[in-house]
This record gives sequence, C-alpha cells and structure tokens, in this order.
Amino acid sequence: MNKNISLAFDRCKKENRPALLSYTVAGDNNKTKSIEILKSISKYIDICEIGFAHNTPIADGGQIQTSTHRALKNGTKIKDVFQIVKKFKKFKNSKPVILMGYYNIICQYGENKFINSCKNVGVDGLIVVDLPYPENKYFAKKCKKRKISFIQLLAPTTSNSRMKKIIRDSHNMIYYISMLSTTGGKLKVSSKEILKNYYKIKNINKSKNLVIGFGITLETISALKKADGLVVGSALCKEISKSLRNRQNPVTNVSKMVEKLKNKIL
Amino acid sequence: MKIRKNIPLIDQHDKFGFWGEKFGGSFIPETLKKPVEDLTNLFQKLRKDKNFIKERDYYFKNWVGAPTPFIKLENLTKHLGGAQIWAKVVSEANGGAHKIYNATVHCLIAKKAGKKYVVGDTGAGYAGKMLSMAAKKFGLKCKIFMGAKDIKRQKPNCDAMKKNGAEIVPVYTGSQTLIDAVSECMRYWVSNCDTTHMCVGSTVGPNIFVKICGWSTSQISRELAIQIKKEFGTIPKKLKLFNCVGGGSSSFGFWNEFMHYNKKQVEFIGVEAGGPKNSKRHAAPLTENSKIGVLHGAMQYVVQDNEGQIEETESISAGLDYSGVSPLHCFLKDTKRARYTSATDEEALSAYELVSSLESISPSLEPSHAFAEAIKIAPQYNKNTIFCVNSCGDSYKDKDIIKSRLGKYIR
Repeated sequence: MNKNISLAFDRCKKENRPALLSYTVAGDNNKTKSIEILKSISKYIDICEIGFAHNTPIADGGQIQTSTHRALKNGTKIKDVFQIVKKFKKFKNSKPVILMGYYNIICQYGENKFINSCKNVGVDGLIVVDLPYPENKYFAKKCKKRKISFIQLLAPTTSNSRMKKIIRDSHNMIYYISMLSTTGGKLKVSSKEILKNYYKIKNINKSKNLVIGFGITLETISALKKADGLVVGSALCKEISKSLRNRQNPVTNVSKMVEKLKNKIL
Repeated sequence: MKIRKNIPLIDQHDKFGFWGEKFGGSFIPETLKKPVEDLTNLFQKLRKDKNFIKERDYYFKNWVGAPTPFIKLENLTKHLGGAQIWAKVVSEANGGAHKIYNATVHCLIAKKAGKKYVVGDTGAGYAGKMLSMAAKKFGLKCKIFMGAKDIKRQKPNCDAMKKNGAEIVPVYTGSQTLIDAVSECMRYWVSNCDTTHMCVGSTVGPNIFVKICGWSTSQISRELAIQIKKEFGTIPKKLKLFNCVGGGSSSFGFWNEFMHYNKKQVEFIGVEAGGPKNSKRHAAPLTENSKIGVLHGAMQYVVQDNEGQIEETESISAGLDYSGVSPLHCFLKDTKRARYTSATDEEALSAYELVSSLESISPSLEPSHAFAEAIKIAPQYNKNTIFCVNSCGDSYKDKDIIKSRLGKYIR
C-alpha cells in the first residue's frame, strides 16, 4: 500500500488533528503559478489533491469549473499535469500527491500508461470521480499493484450494504462526500449530521483513513475537525478567481487562506 | 459483436450496462449510484406491470395522439422518379415531435416514484417543451436546462416551455449548447436527487436513461409496423427507414420494431449532422469514425481530441448539435445493423425546401437531414423499394433560421 499517504495520516493522528487536504487544478491559473501555489501551501497541508482538467465535468460546481476552464484555456495538457507533479515532488518528495479527475482522460491516455506515468512522477493516489464501485475494481487493483492508492468515494446516498463492500475493497484512504451536491455547494446539512455518517462509516473499519470533502470552507472546517482528514477545494479555486479579479497574486492569497484553514483545525 | 434475437435491444447489455461489451455503462459519481439503482428497479417493475402499460397506452392514445399519420409523399416520389417515398409524420404528435413519448413516460415514472419535481435538458427545445407539457399534465414542477445559444435560436419552443409553467435555466458554460445543458442538468440532479426525478432528453446518459428513452420512443415503430402491414399487406421486400441521428432517440424508436428483420429487407439509415459545408466540426461521431470515450455517463463514439476533451460541434440543427451519440447506435453501427451517413447544413436546407414546397408536411431541420439522404439516393431505386422517412419535427420552430438562410419560409 502507498506509504506516503499512511504516514501523513499517522503524523496528524499523533498531533491529534485532522489531516488537511487541498484541491487545486493543475495549470490554474497557469502552469508556473499552479506549482508555486502548491509549493507555498505545502507547509500547511498534509496531502495535496491535484485535479487534471476535463471539459465536461458532471460532478463539479461553478468554482472548480472555472478553474478547470482556465487550466484548459492556457493549454494545460495531461503531460503538463505530470510535469507539475514531478516538479512539486522534487521540491517536497514526502508530501503525498493525489491526482483527481474524470475517467475519459485516463481512458484516452490508456489505463496502464496512465498508471505508469503516475508512478514515474511520484503520484501517491488517484480519485476517479465517474468510475464508481464496482466498475472500478479492476482499475483499483492495477493501481494497488503499483503502490498507488485508489481512493473510493462514499456519499450520503450510499446504502449500508454497499458501503461495507466498498470499504472492504478500499485501500488506505476513503473519501466521504458530505452532502448531496456538486463540489463547492453551500453546506446544507449540519456538521452533526455529517459526523454521524462519518462515524457510521468509521465503525465499519477503523483502520481506514476517512476524509470528508464538499462544502468545506473557513466557516465550516472547525466543526468537522474530529475527522481523519478534511478536503478544501472549491474555496481555494474561488480564492484564485477572486485574486485574479482583484489583480492580486493568487499564490500569496491562497497560501494565506490555507494557513487560516490550518489554524482552525489545530 | 452480435445482436441477439428475441431479446429487446435495450436489454442486450451486460451486468455493468454495456452493449456489445463496450458501449454504455454508467460512469456516474457515487452520489448518483443509489438514485440510478432505485430508478432501474422501479422501471424494471413498471415495464412488467400491466396497469402501467395500460396507463402509458392510454396517454399515448388520448393525449399524445397515437397513431401518428403514415402518408405517401406522392409529389416528392413523382419529382424524384425512383423509390416510393413515405413519411411517418411523428410531428403530428401532441407538442410536435417524438420527444413527447419519453417525456410522458418519465413523468409517469416520477409520479410512481413519489417525486414532485422533474428536471430535464434540451437542445432544440423539443425535449424541454414536451417535458414541460407532460409535467403540467401530471402535476409536477419542472425545470429545464438549456444552452444560452440554443435559447436564442429556438425561441418558439422556449415560449412554449414558459407557457407551460416550466423554469428555463440558461447554461452559459462551454459551447452553451445541448452538451452543456446535459452536464448542468446532471449536476443539478447530483445535488437534488432526493426530491427530483431527472429525465435525460434522448437515448444517451447512464444506461437506465438510454433504456427508458428507447422503450418510450419505440411507440413510433410499433405504430409504423401496423400501418405498413395495413398499407402493403405485409412488410415490403425492400424497405428503407431514414432517420436523423443526434442523440438518437427518434431513430431508435423508429427502427426498434424492425430490429430482427434481415437488413437486406429492412435497412436502417441514420443521418447525422455534417455541419456547414467544409466545416470540420461535424456533429457526426458515427460517420466520421470518432474515437470511443465517455460522455455524460456512457461509453460511446464521441467527438473529442487526443486527450479526451470533448470537442464542440457545429450544426444548423440544434437538435443534432451534440458531440456524442447513443450507445445503442454505436452498437447498431458496430454490428452493421444500421448504416450511418451525414448531411450538411446546406443539404438539409434544400431538403426542407423541396419537401415543404411539394408536400403538405414541412419537416424541421433535424428530419430534413434524413430527407436529404432519401432525396439523394431515391433516383437510384424503382417503385418497388419503399423509403420511409421519420418526419419527427415541424419546421415552425426553425422559422427564423430558415428565413435568414433562404430568405423565405415555406410551410
């Protein structure tokens, strides 16, 4: 199993805090800036999720769509995504990187070739939004063989029996989607309700690192800090958009925001 | 890859929902797994339920107006001097297009599922118009997602949707056409799947939506088979069924009942949108041998770049302006049961003009693509070959486009 990811969670547990996971889109707002953003936030975060852009994303809200659009517009190709990971890993090799995106990009690149490229640049995990269980079993196995964690998703709509099966076949990290929403929606359920579901999943298998994502912002993050990990994505994408609109440097602004997020969960 | 006999085509998929082991499936976010599974189970139950079938048939007959006419186009036949040309005038159905069948069935299902809201996507505006009509009829609140570009070019249908009390949600992302409307509608469903039923407007999307739509539009060929037998005493030795193909709902419905005839006897000809003459952005993934990829939850031939980014298409016909195509048609192409070709914007416009000036019907720009191919090849045959074209929409909705392109509008 992928060690970097497990180690990151272990470290956070020792510090008695959740892991902080960031999500940014590779190539947003351009290739250089997106590496600079990763470098500057890396001192606050424990794991970085990096999105590889697809122009027909069926599960992303407005903020991430805007980031995706920017990345594609400035010509970010999948080979650039791998280059960005490679450069970042050179800078901070121990920081786990999870690539996240849609299946068609992997499918056109070729599953095996994609996993190879991931391995070559040091990707630690993969999230494929539209490749659900059990369709993803075969691909997940291929990832595991190369010590890349395939991260299964669970949603509030996932039935108990299904949950058990997914957890059984999952690797060292699972992603719980906090609510019925695309990314970046306003948190429409209480943190109490989210944590109730969280513990329900956690109790099925305590050894799995379970992170919560969707709707997490500066306002909502501290109420969920009991979780193993928390993912902030749209809030960061929004910050990039805002910075550009105000002609400010997205690197410093995003970095400041991530620092604040970190302080909220200590 | 082979089509099996005695099993409806919509059921010839494997346990993961793939036709021919590679087309279709359900590439959906985890959140939608449960609602899709619930819908799958409900539909499986309903289609075996005699009362549900009775209800469907009742509304098809008394509200949609089944059967729609099957007429000979005497003047066009004489003008071309080859094959006999007939039309199935599906545009006579309530609302003016085949989209009414899918919309009606979806609203009936939504009622059974206890949902109060229904959402749908639309390109030409027909799917949206029909869904708004059916929603009104069955007392459901309705939201329609439509590309901002399509809203501009399909005003009459938008007016109809509003009149039926539906909310039109303009989609400004991407190319602002059908593809973006479908994406946005799916996103909305991800966020509201607990209270809302989603209707996908064509035989596209995750497996179950392909099935429901195909099952619904098959009404067209059920009627046609009876009408043809009544007219000719039997299914003619040489019958060719022409239909435009965008997502592929009308063509699938137009062919389904004839699926198991030998293709030498009943040939299926699907006509995709070739776009403006000399354009490279054809909305014709089957004709142009596009690569297989995932779009809107299903594996299919889809217009895309090397990286897997979906490419924009260009067509005068909003209803055919779509980068993907139904997995059912991909299956029919690879099994060689159907033949696919394309017609350009210009060919479609001329076909519209010719049919509208010679006959009492006036096809919209979508079926005009099918007419274009029929007109092109009819002279090569004699009167023993029967051509039947599905005239699945009326030109009224395209009045403005036609006027600006031809300087006149004939109907």
